[in-house]
Amino acid sequence: MVIVTEPVLDLRPPANRVNRRAVLFWTTRAALGWLVPLIAELLWLVLGDGGTPLTTALVITAVIAIAHLLVMPQWRYRVHRWETTDQVVYTQSGWFNQERRIAPVSRIQTVDTERGPLERMFGLANLTVTTASARGPVHIHGLDLDTAQRLAADLATRTQATVGDAT
Amino acid sequence: MEPLPWHRLSAKMLAVHPVQEIIRFLPVLIGVLFIGRSGQGPIWSLIGLGIAVLGGLLRWFTTTYQITPTHIRVRRGLLRRRELSVPRDRIRSVDLSAHPLQRILGLSRIVIGTGRSDRHDEGVTLDALAVAQAARLREELLHRTVSVEQPAKPQGATIARLSPRWVRFGPFTLSGIATIGVVVGSLVNLFNETRLDPDNFGLLRSVINQLTSVPVAVAIAEITLFAAVLVAVLSALAYILAFWNFRLVRTDGTLHVTRGLLTTRSTTIEVRRLRGAEISEPLLLRVAGGARCMAITTGLRVGRGAEMGGSVLLPPAPLSDVRRVAGEVIGDADPPAREPVRHGRRAHRRRYTRAFLFAAIVTGVFVLLWWLAGWPALPWQVSLALFPIGALLAEDRYRNLGHVLLGRRLVFRHGSLVRRRYMLSSDGVIGWVVHRSFFQRRAGLVSLTATTAAGRQHYTCADLPAAEAVALAHDAVPGLLDPFLVRRE
Repeated sequence: MVIVTEPVLDLRPPANRVNRRAVLFWTTRAALGWLVPLIAELLWLVLGDGGTPLTTALVITAVIAIAHLLVMPQWRYRVHRWETTDQVVYTQSGWFNQERRIAPVSRIQTVDTERGPLERMFGLANLTVTTASARGPVHIHGLDLDTAQRLAADLATRTQATVGDAT
Repeated sequence: MEPLPWHRLSAKMLAVHPVQEIIRFLPVLIGVLFIGRSGQGPIWSLIGLGIAVLGGLLRWFTTTYQITPTHIRVRRGLLRRRELSVPRDRIRSVDLSAHPLQRILGLSRIVIGTGRSDRHDEGVTLDALAVAQAARLREELLHRTVSVEQPAKPQGATIARLSPRWVRFGPFTLSGIATIGVVVGSLVNLFNETRLDPDNFGLLRSVINQLTSVPVAVAIAEITLFAAVLVAVLSALAYILAFWNFRLVRTDGTLHVTRGLLTTRSTTIEVRRLRGAEISEPLLLRVAGGARCMAITTGLRVGRGAEMGGSVLLPPAPLSDVRRVAGEVIGDADPPAREPVRHGRRAHRRRYTRAFLFAAIVTGVFVLLWWLAGWPALPWQVSLALFPIGALLAEDRYRNLGHVLLGRRLVFRHGSLVRRRYMLSSDGVIGWVVHRSFFQRRAGLVSLTATTAAGRQHYTCADLPAAEAVALAHDAVPGLLDPFLVRRE
């Protein structure tokens, strides 16, 4: 008996990776986030009389934080990808939970680039593409500034070429 | 060129506002005028009433509107003047409503819905105009070309009207619970303001005495029965108040919904803005064989509660009627009735895993509290019941989960406590989101979300096998995914 395996359709991931500096950026951002509980626990330990349970909690927090800082940014860097064609903006993001977003260029309403203080330190920028759906924005995080600006200008000109109100 | 005139709201609103505010402050007034209590509280309440009445009057003096060939403009505000300007080609819906007081005076509140998708969009509200004026404004705004020669508008075909027998579905909507909340709230308020002691009422005292004299189990049974009857009666009343005289009429290019016993509402939806329909069946209603239907349309957000804001196409009614109406509205009788394709063994297992995980966590927490913190054993013993209940829910959730593509219409169905069927035109899909959690990736499943500018803004089909999700998205919107498709053996 011959078993014919039907070829199944699949989506390939987008072509381009984000900037390598994004790994450092994600690490720094997560580290700053972990400082809050760590410092709080440390202060409590020094000022109050927490004893053994608090020391245990501090050690557990530190171990989780270090594991998160070692694993998350690398994992994220491997997942985060983007691609644009004449018709489509296509992104992949996340790490533990992952998401692919596809938005047609003809339905784009706004294109923004934005940079927080931390992102400026690393020379990175985010690109946000919104559509008429409140749940449809496509974000590309961790692009270098030049790429983000070029992409934004490029998408903005192509969006103007389409007619209608994109709903 | 002569500038276009600025119109005012109906002068009768000057009479409506004070009466409305007085009704709202009625408990306070009773307290002050008839009980004759003195003190600081009532005085402040009266000052508040004065300010509210004054504010209502000022609103009339400061609000004006103007209709130009391209825009509708509204000016309001005394100190902070605001001018709202909406392009007329962005108007998606015009909603008229009138509460009893306004109906007596022949007034109508008009809400103009635009296509903005932000959460706090209230549209443009004119509260209120004379009924005839409001109706003329609606015609003018929606049809753009108002012909003076034919003032009698063509009567459309009635798709559905309320059958009095449908009121039997009222109790199954449980909308009476909200009413009880409001009534209890205002009673508490009244007792507070008048400083009456509930013990002084003979009826209430004898009820309390009766309940304390019987065994606990009997008392609980009595209270439960009383509450159930009360909720059922109030829910039926709420149904009649909201949906009496319900009519869904199709005229050329628009759908008209009119409804309401005391407060009347009339909503107009442009068919070219319609992207589909939703059938929802809360568990109780589903058991009773009922369902309700809502429009998926740009410019009308999906509301909450039994009335579902402006998007209701049919109040709770027999499932067969709901299917017929949904079919007529979207122009295809197949999507409301077709049994969707199920998602297979792995999606089945995930439903059970999640149900049991939830039950295990709840039970585990109670066991820990019993073991470490000396809680009684009853909570964790009771929470063991979550396992069989969870299994029943999981099975039902799996059976209800499904998708199917019928021509250009995407059908998603999901849920158990509230089963929903979304029928979305694929022209309305303006993007896809493929979500894969860690555990979904291990099971080879994805959650496929169609984003849209209409209704809920996004419609999700959970736990599809990955290959089926790609094929579905590819078939629904051909061409979009082409550059990224690969074939795997």
